[in-house]
Order: sequence, then C-alpha cells, then structure tokens
Amino acid sequence: MLNVLDETVNPVEPFLRSDRMPHIWCPGCGIGTTVNSFVHALIESKVDLQSLALVSGIGCTGRVAGYMKLDSFHTTHGRAIPFATGLKLANPKLNVVVYSGDGDLSAIGGNHLIHAARRNIDLKVICVNNLIYAMTGGQTAPTTPGHATTSTNPYGTFEPAFNLPHLLDAAGAVYVARWTTFHVRQLSRSIGEAFAKKGFSFIEVISPCPTLYQRRNKMGDGLDTMKYYKEKSKVKHGAPTGEVGLTLNGEIAVGKFVDRDRPDYQTMMRAQYVEALGDRYIEEPEMECVCG
Amino acid sequence: MKADPLGVLTGTHFMDGDHACCEGALAAGARFAAGYPITPSTEVVERFAARVPTVGGTFIQMEDELAASIALQGGVWGGAKAFTVTSGPGFSLMMEHIGYAAMTETPCVFVDVQRGGPSTGLPTLPAQADMMQARWGSHGDYEIIALCPNSPQECFDLTIKAFNFAEEFRVPVMFMMDEVVGHMTEKVVIPPADQIEVTPRKHTHKSVEDYLPYGTNGDMVPEMAHAGDGYKFHVTGLTHDERGYPNMTPQTQDKLVRRLQNKILSAVDRICLFEEDRLDDADVVVVSYGITSRVAQRAIDAARERGLRVGKLRLITAWPFPDRKIAELAAHVKAFVVPELNLGQMVREVQRAAAGKAKTFAVSHAGGGVHNPDEILNAIVEASRC
Repeated sequence: MLNVLDETVNPVEPFLRSDRMPHIWCPGCGIGTTVNSFVHALIESKVDLQSLALVSGIGCTGRVAGYMKLDSFHTTHGRAIPFATGLKLANPKLNVVVYSGDGDLSAIGGNHLIHAARRNIDLKVICVNNLIYAMTGGQTAPTTPGHATTSTNPYGTFEPAFNLPHLLDAAGAVYVARWTTFHVRQLSRSIGEAFAKKGFSFIEVISPCPTLYQRRNKMGDGLDTMKYYKEKSKVKHGAPTGEVGLTLNGEIAVGKFVDRDRPDYQTMMRAQYVEALGDRYIEEPEMECVCG
Repeated sequence: MKADPLGVLTGTHFMDGDHACCEGALAAGARFAAGYPITPSTEVVERFAARVPTVGGTFIQMEDELAASIALQGGVWGGAKAFTVTSGPGFSLMMEHIGYAAMTETPCVFVDVQRGGPSTGLPTLPAQADMMQARWGSHGDYEIIALCPNSPQECFDLTIKAFNFAEEFRVPVMFMMDEVVGHMTEKVVIPPADQIEVTPRKHTHKSVEDYLPYGTNGDMVPEMAHAGDGYKFHVTGLTHDERGYPNMTPQTQDKLVRRLQNKILSAVDRICLFEEDRLDDADVVVVSYGITSRVAQRAIDAARERGLRVGKLRLITAWPFPDRKIAELAAHVKAFVVPELNLGQMVREVQRAAAGKAKTFAVSHAGGGVHNPDEILNAIVEASRC
C-alpha cells in the first residue's frame, strides 16, 4: 500500500530544526524561499553534511543558521565572514557557507566582505538582499535603491547604493551570481556551482520584505513582488558587473556574472610555505593536541 | 596532559616579554592566531607568524581587530586553540567579541599589551589603564579571567596558565601585559615539554543523541563539540537554552547568565593567584601588579630598611578580584598602598574589598613611564602614620 504520508514529506524538512518552528519570518518574506533553494542545492550537489558549517551574522537572514540542522553559528553583526575565515583556516576540511543579509554583509561587514574576496578564502557566501534593514524596522541599507522610502529616509533615499556583484567582482571573488526569489531553480543551480568551485563565491538573492520595503514603497504584497521579479528580471550571464546595478523600479539583471579560477588563500599559503620552508613546513594542525 | 614538544622551545633564552608570550602560547598548544598590527604588541604575532608554519598551525593577519577577535573564535570552533594580541585601541574594538566569547563559552585568550590612553594615547609607552575595560568592557553581565605578568618569564609561564584557564572554564582570558613587560628583555627558561602541563579542550564524548551543547549536568562548564564532528549543534550570541537554541525568556536569561558568572566565581580561590611577601607583621600592604610591582618592590625594600612594617601583595590574577585575601588582610593591617599606571582602577577594588576596615592610598600615574619608587615610598610612609 502506498504510504501517503511518506510521499508527502517535504524534502527540506530533514535539513531543518523542526523543533524550532515556527520561524520568525513574515508572510511573503523571501528568506524561506532561499532556504528551500539552498537545501535543494545540498541534495543535488551531494555535499557531505557532516563537514558543512553554516555561519550567519545578525538580521532576518542571520536567523537561517539557527533553523538549519547543521553545525551552525549565529555570530555578531557583520562578522560572519571573519568567523567563517577562522573556522575554515583551523579546519580546512570543512565546507563553510556564510548565509546573511545585505546590511550585515555589505555595511557593518563590508570591510570583511571585500578582504575575504581579495584573499580568496574558500567560502560560499549567500547574500539575501531585501534592500533594507528589515529586523530593525526598515532602515536604509547600503543596497537601498535611490528614491526608495525607508524609516530613516522618510522623504526618499538619496545616497547611491552598492552594486554588490560589481563590488565583489572588483574585490576578486571567483564566482558571482545574482538571482531573485522568483528564480528558485536557477538559484539552487548557482549554489551547486559555488560548491563545486574552490575560492570565494558570492551569490546575491534579491528578496522581498513585504512588511517594510514593499509596503512603504507601495509595491504590493509577496505575490505582487513575484510578478514584479518575473517581469523585470533579465538573464544576463557574463554581463559586465558595472552594468548590473539596481534601481527602484528598473530592470533586475540576473545570472552568473563572474566565473573564474584563481588559487584560494590556503592553496597560496601552502605553496608559499613549501617554497620558503621546504620540509620544515608542517601542514596539518595537530588536533590531538587540543582534544586530549 | 603534557605539552606537544613540537611547540616547545626548550632552553634558556634571552627574550622580550612579547616573544615569551608567543612561546607560551605555542607551548600551551595554540595553533591559530588572528591579529592586526598595533604597537606595542605586534612582536607577539610577528613571532607566531614565523614559528607556526613549522609546528602545524595558521596565522592570519586580518583587516582589523573586529575581524581578528572573531576569526580566532571561528578557529576555536574549528578545533584549534587560538588567541589574538592587541593594545588599547584594538582592545576597545574587540570588546563585542569578548562578550561573544563569554556568551558562547568559547575558550580563547586575548593578549593586551597596555599602552597609554585614552584613544591613540601613547603608542610606545606603558600604562595599566585597561584593567577595568578588561573586566567590564563588553555589555551585559559576565565574568572573565585576567592575568598580569611582571616579567618575560611570567609572560611565558602565565600565557600557558591563561590558555589552561580558558579551556578549563570555557571563558575568554585576558592576558594583561604592559609595554614595559612586553619590551623588556630578560632570561626566560622554557622547560621540556613533559614538564609543561596543558589543559585539553573539554570535548564531549557523548553520542550525538545524548549531547546537549549547553547542558551542564551539575558541572557548570558544558562539554564542547567542534564543527565537523557530526553533532550538528548551534552556537549563538543570543540568550540560549541547553540545546543552544535562542530563548528570549527572563528565566532562561537568569539561568544562563548566572551560570556564566558562577562557573568563575565558584572557583575564585583556585583562579586567584598572587605573590605575597612579609605580610605577617605588616602594618601596610602594597598591592600592585605588572611592571608596577617591580617598581613597588624597591619602595618596599627601602621602607623596610627604614624599619617600616610593610608587606607585598602582588596580584597575578586581577580578575576575578581576590576579595577574600584583601578582606583577610584588612582585618589586621592599617592600610593598603596601591600604585598603578592609571588614575585609580584596581585601587577601587582594594577599597571595596577592604570594606572600611583598612585605609587605602592610591599612587596614581597617568602612564607614559613607570613610577619613581620614591612616590610609592612616600605613600608607604604616609600610610604607616595613619
């Protein structure tokens, strides 16, 4: 007899800490959609889950780490990347994913973002960009497009926004892609591609905040935003990143913008030590020494 | 367990305090450091950067102290013993992550080679004005341990002790050097590895099903797992329950924060290390630490030559503060003299612990040099007359 219940188990569920549900995200929020794509990428790319560590900063997206049944670290505001750097360097066998928001990664954590990309630390960064500080109530972020209304720019923003793919391209990331939460399969595929690459990968996911961004800017609810993403997105693989900046109502360039190879930090480090120290270089950390 | 011989530079050396601190860290098993250059502390990580590739570990120079102070904690959860090194301005930037280490119970060591402040202050000159910051610098209620070496030899010995305390109590330990101790060069004897006791990580041996990341089971220090071990645990700076899950109730907050305090306070007599001399007949006790204790020694000797009954209490552990020791002394001495390279920090603790039973004389110095021993001697003379 067909076990109907087994057939209807959500494939995402085994990856979640079900005992932490319900989650804190609002109806129409895109973060859960990105988690869905992330889990499908884990399933399809057959990543070893035991060696996978997830690091988040602070904010709505920063809560992802707490909901995933993985070794997970909810760190301080902006510092997910340097924490992840330490984790990866101390245990190079780990596959380290940084999952955080645009404000966390590109404002308070902006310095770490560019330096980790420059060093080409082997990290997979998923940046959920809802164009705003959501958890604190809808303040302007470095990614908020010009003229958008926010709680701290009630008459409209006027400072230029970061074009994150351009920033990461310039800083040296080996893989840079952007999708929206409408592009669930493409996003999943991109995350899988990032897992297959060694080095600093950055995937930006444009995601709605119906509670604070869409509402204040009269852009409708979650469904309206999906329609908007569908209508305005244009796939532009390999587009020059200088041309993919976002505007309030304009086109959303999506796709894989950067895919290049250069040695990652630890590969360069080992090569340099071997050249300088020869046999005196001892590569593997002596973990026995710590655990006794 | 005994130290890993690979990291132990056994022998008799002529070495400054910064380098001795680095050797202490290596002997203690530190195999990861993240740092950012800042005078007068940089020599510690410069030496670590040179030494660590030959002992199986990693040094990374981060983009700032914020990054260094959290990267080291990533290193700890990745399985390494780890530390960072800084001075005043950098120490200020690290405060949030000292709180994170306290809250997440990440065993690690923060070395602060103190210089004059506030702000950029005196980059190349000594002070001891970060003592209160070491204790209270991050927000919220928490306890840390702070040790104060007064010689390059102690920079070696006590760095090992700092790592051992960090592991035993799963707490960030502040290693409070000062510019003089960091830059003075003296004989440093590094014993053979089999004579160096190091505390291993309190790693769990429980099954995945039985493991509670912040379960304490009577013992106030939980067992730890590392990323990649298979436990799929969660670590957060949010108030959390025994599973490590965020829990925003006053009850969970109370239970957690009190445990974070009590795991240190319940062991205070074991953690509080001090050196005492000629206290038996003392009317006056000079309480000092770090480089000031060596200046004070001269004043104490001079006072004894004049027939004054003065004794010495040198704080090796500054935090937790040895309340009980001060209270015991206060019951039978007239006064405490507290010289320090700040305008009055630890003297407040002496005064508090003495609880009015003995007088307290501060001998303050704004930093940039050390005291003239006569200033301390004058205070001893004055205190003897009270």
